[in-house]
Amino acid sequence: MDAVVETSALTKRYGSVIALSDCDLALPEGKVTGLVGPNGAGKTTLIHLAVGLLRPTAGSVRVFGHDSVRETSKILPRVGFVAQDRPLYRDLTVADTLELGRRLNERWDPAYALARVRRFGLPLSRKIRTLSTGQRAHVATSVALGKRPDLVLLDEPVANLDPIARLALLEELMSVVAEDGLTVVFSANALADVERVCEHLVILVNGRPRLVGDTEELIESHVVAIGPRTQGVSALDGDLIEARHAERQTIRLLRGPGPARVDDGTIVRPATLEEIVLGYMRPAMEVAA
Amino acid sequence: MAATLRFRLDPHSGVPTYMQLAQQVRHAVEYGILRPGDQLPTAREVVEDLAINPNTVLKAYRELERQGFVHGRPGAGTFIAADAPEPLERAVHTPLRRALDRWLHGAKDAGLDRDSVAALFTVAFQDAFSREESTHGRRR
Repeated sequence: MDAVVETSALTKRYGSVIALSDCDLALPEGKVTGLVGPNGAGKTTLIHLAVGLLRPTAGSVRVFGHDSVRETSKILPRVGFVAQDRPLYRDLTVADTLELGRRLNERWDPAYALARVRRFGLPLSRKIRTLSTGQRAHVATSVALGKRPDLVLLDEPVANLDPIARLALLEELMSVVAEDGLTVVFSANALADVERVCEHLVILVNGRPRLVGDTEELIESHVVAIGPRTQGVSALDGDLIEARHAERQTIRLLRGPGPARVDDGTIVRPATLEEIVLGYMRPAMEVAA
Repeated sequence: MAATLRFRLDPHSGVPTYMQLAQQVRHAVEYGILRPGDQLPTAREVVEDLAINPNTVLKAYRELERQGFVHGRPGAGTFIAADAPEPLERAVHTPLRRALDRWLHGAKDAGLDRDSVAALFTVAFQDAFSREESTHGRRR
């Protein structure tokens, strides 16, 4: 597996606040990777470090094998980036915005960018400030895709979108993946979206990767066991990730097949992605708190 | 031309998306909804319908091909295999369904509510299938 984004002992501090701490990550080429984690986990910092908007305090990020600080100019022509809240110039029209994209990018495919905008029926003469949030998201994404990037990084691309706009944007992104096979990295809070489109998953907690892997393998390798509290951990086949106790009952998240047969009424069932993500996030957050 | 099949997703099932897609194709074959030679929706069509990752669709189709349900013709699409398993015989299906109905009515008459019935079934189900599955190497 070739890595498009590779971090090595990557650390970023803002004063005394540690945003990322000693991260070793390799994000696979040609896949859609989801960055998940609580607010402040370091998702945005990681994306900004990859596109050279921030300099690491220690360690390094390599994108396509190039150092993100010293070789930014070799990276940027191949990278599409949409920042959180999808900043655009409010008084430009859609056509102006595409023209700006053409002038600012040495690699730019005007017909392709136009086709992306047209897919959503966005009128070219409309000013950005008259567009809905969903329409602005499509313009921002079209600009990021207009240079036919090999990698797109999107920071919360579907936040604040209504369900229809959200699905339309994901569908657009996935259609581009189907056509061009590009690498996508995006941060998200909505796990349903992550499960829908992300083949690879990175859960960041407190600036460190807590769980990394292929989404479907992670789902297949975890179970939830719900049983009486008296039951010992030894009866369960797998690594205990998290146990939550009620007075009489314990709910466990396990990595492994789970018990083959339990006679005490314990129910073992596949874990949902949400249960897995929460099961890894909660204990790590409690340790830090 | 409309696609032969429309997939749907259950995000709360804990079943990986590609397995949900594969199960729906197998179900359609077992019930005779899809027959040998029928074309499955292209990855592109599924993406436009469900906004999922196209590689997930391809993974589901590879899994089905491995199981002998479909075969891919490069550049043409993915089709139900000529030697795909026959639809389930009604003669087999109907008595099983009736036995299950009787069991469910018995559970209701004994005073079990919906959740208790589901819990009981889940435990029995996992006892019956967990060993079989682990010997088939489904779960890692």
